Amino acid sequence: MEVSDLATVARVRAGDHDAFRFLVERHSRSVFRLAYRLTGHEQDAEDVVQETFLRAFRQIRRFESRSSFATWLYRITVNCSHDLLRRRPRAGSRQSLDDPDDAAAMQLVDPSAAADPLRELASRRIGERVQAAMAGLSDQERSAFIMRHFEGLSIEEIGRVLDLKTSAAKHSVFRAVQKLRHLLEPLGELEP
Amino acid sequence: MTHLAEEDMVMHYYGETDDLRLAGAHLAECEECRRAFDELSMTLQAMTATMVPERDDSYGARVWSRIQPRIAAERERRGWWRARPAMLTWPRLAAAGALAVLLVAAYVAGRSSVAPPQPEAQRAGVPSDAARERVLLAAVGSHLDRSRVVLTEIAHRNGGGAADIAPEQATAADLAADNRLYRQAAARNGDAAVASVLEDLERVLVEIASSPSPASHADLARWREQIQTKGLLFKVTVMGSRVRERQQDAAAASRPASKTST
Repeated sequence: MEVSDLATVARVRAGDHDAFRFLVERHSRSVFRLAYRLTGHEQDAEDVVQETFLRAFRQIRRFESRSSFATWLYRITVNCSHDLLRRRPRAGSRQSLDDPDDAAAMQLVDPSAAADPLRELASRRIGERVQAAMAGLSDQERSAFIMRHFEGLSIEEIGRVLDLKTSAAKHSVFRAVQKLRHLLEPLGELEP
Repeated sequence: MTHLAEEDMVMHYYGETDDLRLAGAHLAECEECRRAFDELSMTLQAMTATMVPERDDSYGARVWSRIQPRIAAERERRGWWRARPAMLTWPRLAAAGALAVLLVAAYVAGRSSVAPPQPEAQRAGVPSDAARERVLLAAVGSHLDRSRVVLTEIAHRNGGGAADIAPEQATAADLAADNRLYRQAAARNGDAAVASVLEDLERVLVEIASSPSPASHADLARWREQIQTKGLLFKVTVMGSRVRERQQDAAAASRPASKTST
């Protein structure tokens, strides 16, 4: 039987700190994915993953089961990513996709792109342009858009993660799309 | 015919429209909107093809092995805190926060004057309570002082353009989390006046923490107005000075007791 996040959180709170391992193993990949989208850099995303789980461990008594553990973890991931981006130079200048070593180490999410060099090239170009355009969004817009577009969170969930009213979360997604369209409008022509 | 607004199209693309059927029906019969919607869809779909480095099933175990030593160190530190059963685990801290908030409330509302001096023997008999009170008063005092500094910084940002408020934002994010505990404690204890001040404070802190930096002129003007119309800076300053007075009283009360114990 699958153990729920809430039951595991209760165990951690009761002093069974090793139970936290279960939460790390269950959520690491989704936290990494979100962190990578937010920071645009693989090593930064790794740093954010570690910092996110450490903060979650420290603050686990603050977790209220009104939202899911995953939503709470997303909130910490967003905060850690923003903190890291504030401390470091703007992400627009650091695109791991331009780095041949990083790129070689990568496996592509889209397997058909990996098998087809032209498709991979087009995918990469789009990725570069999207990353550059993302740098033009505010932290809030970028986070809201990434969670809606790539992670499939509902507007309501995004509101909970970013501590916004639903209408404000909706507006952030819309503003992000508006700005991205303005910057990327001929993108459809590049679609692989 | 009323066309779909761009925002409606974006929400329809993500399946977030209040009435999916209505928007769908309009797109089916309006060529102009359909064309606009297709363009939007094409751009958004193209973005979906961007890559993310993949992590395999053992990734979580690798993350755990990296953070486990730091978790163990945290655990040791917590062990020290746990060894003092009367203090400082979170639920206790929240409850203790209530105590501190009540003290603050009592001073602000003038419902209690300085506590009557206690007999020497009685004071000597409760050193842990007095120590706890001093720690809590210091925590609340520091929280209010830091809040006041952030509010002052924001309230005095002038000039027409955007402003880099990254340092204030980092502090505001820290303060907002603690403030929530104090506010909840005050509310649980039925202290509506203090809870209300803390709620106003928290709202401003959260807004500052979550806004884009540099902050726009409009954001700064809005926060300034919130701070001024609610008299927030004044209230926080008064609460802070009351807590400091109480700290001094508590410190003075503790001195003779420690003399007798040596």
